[in-house]
Amino acid sequence: MRSAVAGDRIGPFTVALTRSDLVRYAAASGDSNPIHLDEAAARAAGLPGVIAHGMLTMGQVIGPLVDWAGGDPAVVASYQARFARPVPVPQAGAAELLVAGQIASVEPDAVTVNLSVTLNGSRVLAKAQAVLRPKHGARRRV
Amino acid sequence: MPVNPAFAGRTYPPAGPYQIEREQLRQFAAAVGATAPACLDPAAARALGYADVVAAPTFAVVIGQQAEAQYIRDPASGIDFGRVVHADESFRHHRPIVAGDRLWATLTVESVAERQGLAMVTTRVDLHDAAGLPVAAVTSTLAVRGEPS
Repeated sequence: MRSAVAGDRIGPFTVALTRSDLVRYAAASGDSNPIHLDEAAARAAGLPGVIAHGMLTMGQVIGPLVDWAGGDPAVVASYQARFARPVPVPQAGAAELLVAGQIASVEPDAVTVNLSVTLNGSRVLAKAQAVLRPKHGARRRV
Repeated sequence: MPVNPAFAGRTYPPAGPYQIEREQLRQFAAAVGATAPACLDPAAARALGYADVVAAPTFAVVIGQQAEAQYIRDPASGIDFGRVVHADESFRHHRPIVAGDRLWATLTVESVAERQGLAMVTTRVDLHDAAGLPVAAVTSTLAVRGEPS
């Protein structure tokens, strides 16, 4: 992060989400909304089929920024996103997200990164932004 | 039943304590594909100066959603959980969450609004520790679809 300047790009990375990732996230998070697990429930809710938890997408795409910043997860001081489109996850295979970061601003104690997250060219997160604030653990890199 | 606007502005008493366990943090980290060793390995976390594994950046939503359930699952809220879609989410971290923490969660229903046939419900959960110090704030907006007509 030491040499980061506004406009620098991070990534791109790909994140593949499968139905078993959804089951695992439901168990680990306690989010048991059936629209993420059960085709019939998803359709009954007016969705095209099972969709990923928005928080699974948000949780997956921040990881590469933590790694880029030196590996201390506590570097993420704030993080926000709007769920612009659902992420349908097929029964077989995976939904492949394309994740790209771009540094919006650099201050002495904080780096603001905008995240672009798309599925088949369509944006699934909007206004996705993280503020990285190096703490003691990240001092070696900043 | 439509979503009940009377809940807007309500703050619930602190819920908890939530005892944060190492395995819980590791399972969450694995589920979101976190590769940072400090999320998974106590020795790596200690090397960064933490007492134990550190929560992945979105872990606070787990406590947030448990606290939110006081409102979302209350029949009087008028929210049909089967018609809920997550609209947006934000985190503000005051300090890292580490295995061994005991946290309390204070839920506030910030707003309940109608927008194009959707009820938009925004909640905030403020987490604090045993010393009463702030740990994180989790703000979540849910869109509740109306019944098909």
